Amino acid sequence: MESATDMFSAFDIRVSRGRRPVLGGATLQVRPGEVVALLGANGAGKSTLLSVLAGELRGEAAVHGKRGVMLNGCDLAKLDVAAQARSRTVLPQKPSLAFDLDVTEVVAMGAYPFPGLSQDDIDILSRRVLDKADISHLAARRYLELSGGEQQRVQFARVMLQILAERQADPRGRYMLLDEPTASLDPQHQQLLLGVVRELALTGRIGVVLVIHDVNLAALWSDRIALLSDGVVVACDTPENVLTPESLRRVYGVAVHVMAHPRQPGKPLVVFG
Amino acid sequence: MNTMVGTRKFAPRPVLVTLAIALILAGLAASSSGAVSIPWSNLPRLLWGQAAPGDAMLQNILVDIRLPRVLFSVVAGAALAASGVTMQALFRNPLAEPGLVGISSGAAAGAVLAIVMTMGGFFVVASMAFAGSLLATYLAYVVGSRYRGVAGLLLAGIAINTIASSVIGVLTYLADDAQLRDLTFWILGSLAGADWSTLAWIGPWTLLLLAYLLVQWRVLNALLLGEREAAHLGFDLAAVRRRLIAVTALIVGPMVAVTGGIGFVGLVVPHVVRMVLGAHHRYLLPASMVAGALLLTLADLASRLVVSPAELPIGLVTSLVGGPFFFWLLMRGRTAAR
Repeated sequence: MESATDMFSAFDIRVSRGRRPVLGGATLQVRPGEVVALLGANGAGKSTLLSVLAGELRGEAAVHGKRGVMLNGCDLAKLDVAAQARSRTVLPQKPSLAFDLDVTEVVAMGAYPFPGLSQDDIDILSRRVLDKADISHLAARRYLELSGGEQQRVQFARVMLQILAERQADPRGRYMLLDEPTASLDPQHQQLLLGVVRELALTGRIGVVLVIHDVNLAALWSDRIALLSDGVVVACDTPENVLTPESLRRVYGVAVHVMAHPRQPGKPLVVFG
Repeated sequence: MNTMVGTRKFAPRPVLVTLAIALILAGLAASSSGAVSIPWSNLPRLLWGQAAPGDAMLQNILVDIRLPRVLFSVVAGAALAASGVTMQALFRNPLAEPGLVGISSGAAAGAVLAIVMTMGGFFVVASMAFAGSLLATYLAYVVGSRYRGVAGLLLAGIAINTIASSVIGVLTYLADDAQLRDLTFWILGSLAGADWSTLAWIGPWTLLLLAYLLVQWRVLNALLLGEREAAHLGFDLAAVRRRLIAVTALIVGPMVAVTGGIGFVGLVVPHVVRMVLGAHHRYLLPASMVAGALLLTLADLASRLVVSPAELPIGLVTSLVGGPFFFWLLMRGRTAAR
């Protein structure tokens, strides 16, 4: 079913800040339909790896071989930003807005990479993503008067609109990068957002990479977990294979207990300390 | 379409129509009033109809002096307001305008240099002002692109403004009395230089560039989210920045050459329109253009009426009225913004 070109991959990425290496040869692959969580201690290189995938940061050039980021078989460095925006969306960690707009106006920006969409198409998509993000009741509000968590959900809806726009016309895989999407959300909306992400991945053939600090949320909602340590992906597999006491202790440097999740059969539950 | 309006106090279309009607009325008022007043009822006859005996002088005043001046204030007001909107989105800063980046003061330094050092003549002054604005823009861009984000551009603007004002200061010392009067008038801003031959080139030039800005509303909206987010929406940021700065310079440079420094329009008009319509650039841009045109037409009318038959520099009028108004806006902003 899947061809080798239907994939978003970073191979042997090396990035340095000054003399200090932040990424020392990180490798990650994500296929349409799966959710990959990036876990690791502060400074492990999670956000840097996400920035490289987002095209904001370029790793060191390859001396030889095939170092770099490939998006559906194309070298990301050679793909123009407009084409990137049609196959990959990025949800920033701390979204802001310089001047006030309505919630619907912010969400509709997700349609900008698709100039062929009519206003009706955009309205239909907007209603759908507002509903999925559970912010239909905020549609007529001004963005800047919302709480931090509500703003986060509006930005998520915008990114969702971008990933769903003209989805039928383009059979190739699309990819969503989320930088701590649940950081300012209450528990109910954390579950809700990750559930939507999971559903999008499966039904829309979308590959998702998310940076997240909550190990247990990652265990529940991701297909694979990539564990980063000192700029290298040290493990990348299903949650139950990656979240072992040994590997977690090595990465986080604290005592860890892993047990069976009481409510979700087959899923691990991690307790620190 | 209604879903786009949301909680705005006013829908975009009625506001635009109201502004346009107000602009037409202001244009008529400005055409009929001045040192010599021409009744509104006579305007059609003087413009198109059979000239009655004794009409020749009124016709001259209307067609050769008033009309180009009114049209010029419309174009200049729209240009100043639109440049303000563009710069504010680009810098994500409500206080940004061409003056801040140094484009206006670069143009001013060039023009003053021409007034003091050469025999003058409009063409020389205009081209030197244009050269000054381009040089300032180029410097701002070169320095600005060395830093991430917009901090570099703002710092470059401070440096350029300092250099330009010191150049102007030195030249003021060197100027003789006649030049000084010219200079003062020009620094304060004036529409007295507006005639058909000036309007014939600056009018189409400016309107073309304004039309270009109007179709850029998507990228201007995207910039409100931040530079990285705009890039993730598919906009090539380096190119966008270059293009928008160049277009602003191409609008402001020639305009400053003709009118001198007319402050505050580019700052306050977008501010007020944003309070009424919100920041969606699809509506903010056209509404600001019409509002800027309206404001400058009224300011020019005031500048001609207050000390009639003499006239005040228009920049003085806009600052006198606009400065306190802006201050008042800032004072009530904290409570009214919510």
